[in-house]
Amino acid sequence: MSSTKFILGLFDDPDVMMHGIDKLQKNSVPIYDVYTPMPIHGIEAKLGIKPSRLGFAAFMFGCLGGTTIFSLVYYFLVHDWPMNIGGKPAFAVPDFIPVTFEWTVLFTAFGMTITFFFATHLFPGRAPRVMDFRATDDRFVIAIDAKGNIPHEDITNILKEAGAVEIKHNDRKYVSYE
Amino acid sequence: MASHNESIIREPLITGNDITYAKITNDVLKPVENMPTKAWWIGFAVASLAACLWVFAVSWTFWYGIGSWGLNKTVGWAWDITGFVWWVGIGHAGTLISAILLLFRQNWRNSINRSAEAMTIFAVICAATYIVAHMGRPWMAVYSLPFPNQYGSLWVNFNSPLIWDVFAISTYFSVSLVFWYTGLLPDMASIRDRATGIRRRIYSVLSFGWTGSVKTWQRFETVSLILAGISTPLVLSVHTIVSMDFATSLEPGWHTTIFPPYFVAGAIFSGFAMVQTLLLILRKVLGLENYITMFHIESMNKIILVTGSIVGVAYLTEFFIAYYSGGEYEQYTFLNRFVGPYWWAGCMMYGCNVLMTQMMWFKKVRTNIPISWVLSIVVNIGMWFERFVIIVVSLHRDFIPSSWAMFYPTWVDMSVFIGSIGVFFTLFLLFIRVAPSIAMAEVKLLLKSSSEQAKKKLMEEGHVDPSHAEFYKESLTKFDSVELSQYEKA
Repeated sequence: MSSTKFILGLFDDPDVMMHGIDKLQKNSVPIYDVYTPMPIHGIEAKLGIKPSRLGFAAFMFGCLGGTTIFSLVYYFLVHDWPMNIGGKPAFAVPDFIPVTFEWTVLFTAFGMTITFFFATHLFPGRAPRVMDFRATDDRFVIAIDAKGNIPHEDITNILKEAGAVEIKHNDRKYVSYE
Repeated sequence: MASHNESIIREPLITGNDITYAKITNDVLKPVENMPTKAWWIGFAVASLAACLWVFAVSWTFWYGIGSWGLNKTVGWAWDITGFVWWVGIGHAGTLISAILLLFRQNWRNSINRSAEAMTIFAVICAATYIVAHMGRPWMAVYSLPFPNQYGSLWVNFNSPLIWDVFAISTYFSVSLVFWYTGLLPDMASIRDRATGIRRRIYSVLSFGWTGSVKTWQRFETVSLILAGISTPLVLSVHTIVSMDFATSLEPGWHTTIFPPYFVAGAIFSGFAMVQTLLLILRKVLGLENYITMFHIESMNKIILVTGSIVGVAYLTEFFIAYYSGGEYEQYTFLNRFVGPYWWAGCMMYGCNVLMTQMMWFKKVRTNIPISWVLSIVVNIGMWFERFVIIVVSLHRDFIPSSWAMFYPTWVDMSVFIGSIGVFFTLFLLFIRVAPSIAMAEVKLLLKSSSEQAKKKLMEEGHVDPSHAEFYKESLTKFDSVELSQYEKA
C-alpha cells in the first residue's frame, strides 16, 4: 500500500489549472481543494461550492448595530435624562442619525469579519495548514485526496496531460507543521 | 477571470517584459525580506527624531496644560484642530482608493491601495492624537464616551456634532484597520511561506493561518466587497461630520451649509496629494516602477485636479453666498481673509489649492514626476492653510471688535505639528519594512489581462485593429518604465 496521502498538481497558469480541473472531473477524480495565490473566479462553480452567506450575516449585524445605538441614545436622551434645549423635543431623531449610521457600519464590519475568521478558522496563532509552500507565491495547486483515488499513476498522468508543471505525492497532508 | 483579454486601447497597469507571478512576489517583498537600505535608515532616523520631538512636545502640553500653546480667549481652536482636520482629510484618500475605486472596478487601484490604506490608518492615528492632546487633560477623553457615571448618570450629548465626531472617527479608524488587515492576510501568508525560523513563526501568527483555499478566497472577496460598500458612505460621513463641527455653529465663516461636500472634496484632494508624495518616492526607492506606473501617477493627478476644482468651486460659492446673504459679519469674514492681518494665509490657501492645481490640466505637468511631486507638496501645504484660515482667521475677528485678537503659535504648537509628521513617517517607514507595500495577490490578478506583456502578445498575435495598436503605442510614450524601442519595428 502506498504511503501517499495527497496528490498535488502544481500549475503555473490559472487558465491551465482550470482546464486541469475540468480534465480531472471528466475522469471522475474528486478534487479535495484548490490553493491559489490570488482569487480565481469560476473555481467555486466547478467545485460546486455554494455562494457565501456572509452578506446575510453582514446585514444582520448592521441591523443589530443600528438598533443597539438608537435604543441606547433613546434611553440616554429621552428616557433617562431628557434635556430642555430651547423647548425642543428630546426625541430629536435627526440628531440620532449620525451615530446610528456609524454603529451600523461598525457592527457590520466587525461582525462580518469576525464571522469570516470564525467560519474559515482564521485567527492569530493558528497553525497554517499549507499543502505546498508556493501556493501563496506563484503556483496554482490542485489537491487530490489519495485515499480511495487509485490508481495514483492515472491521476498523475491526467495532471501531466493537463499541463501541470510539477506533480507531488505527499506523505503528509500538510507540509507546514514543524 | 484571468483569461479575459482587455481592450488594447487601455493603458497597461503593469509594465515590463519579464514579469511573472514569482517576480511580482520577489519585487514586492524585496524591502521586507532584506536588510534596510541606507536611504531607509536616513529616513527613519529623521522621522523618528521628529517623533521624539512629538513625544516631548505632547508631554510638555500634558505637564503644563494647553496654556503652553498659543491659544487665547478669542482663538480657542488653532493649530490643534487645524492639524486634526488636516490629518483626517489626508486619511480619506486611502479609503477612497480601497473602497470607492473597488466599487467602480478601477483596477489601477490594485497596486496602490495597500500603501494608501496604511497611510489612512497612520494619518487617523495622528489626527486622534491631536484630539486627545487638545483636551489638555487627556484622561478626560473618557467623558466623551457614554459610560454610567456618578453625576446622575449624566450622559454625553448626542445632539452635538463633537460627539458624532467621536463615533465617526473611532468607527472610521477601526473599520479601516479591519479592511486593511483582512486584505493583508494573503500577502502575510506569502511572506510566511517563503520565510524560515523565527520569521516564519511571526508571520504565521500575523497571517492567521491563511491557506488560499477556494472557500477562503470566496469569503475573502465577499468580505472585501461588503467592506468596500460600507466604507464608501462611512468615509463620506466622517468628513461630513468633521465639517459639522464647524457648520452647526453660528460663527461667520463656519456657519455654511456647503461645508460637508466641500470638506469631503478637500479631504480627498489632500489625501491624494499625500499618496502622490509618498508613492512617487516609494516606487523609485523600492524599484516598483513596473507596478506603480505613469498611468497610476497621471490618474491620481487627474483626481487631484477634479477634487481641487470642486474645492475651487466651493470657495467661489462661499464668496458669492457671503456677498448674496447681505450679512455684514459674513461679508467681513471673507474680506478679512484677503485684507486682514492673516492675508498671507488666505493667499497660501487659494493660491496653492486652486491656482497651482489648475496646472494639472496640462498633460506635460501630469506626467512629469518632479513637477507632480512638488505640486503634491504644494497641495498639502495649501490644505493645511485652508484649515488654518477656516479655523483661526474666522475666529480671530468675529462679532465683537473688542475681543478681536491674534493667534501666534508657540514652539510647543510647532513641535506638536512637526512631531506628528514624524510620527506619520516613522509608522509608514516601519510598515514598508514589515508588510508588503503593494497588494501582491491583487496585482497578480492583473498580470494576464492588463499588463504590457499581455498586450504585446495580443499585438503579436495580430488580432488587433492597427489603428488601436497605434493609439496604444502612442499612449506608451509617457511611461518612464516602458522600453519604447521594442515597439518601433512591430
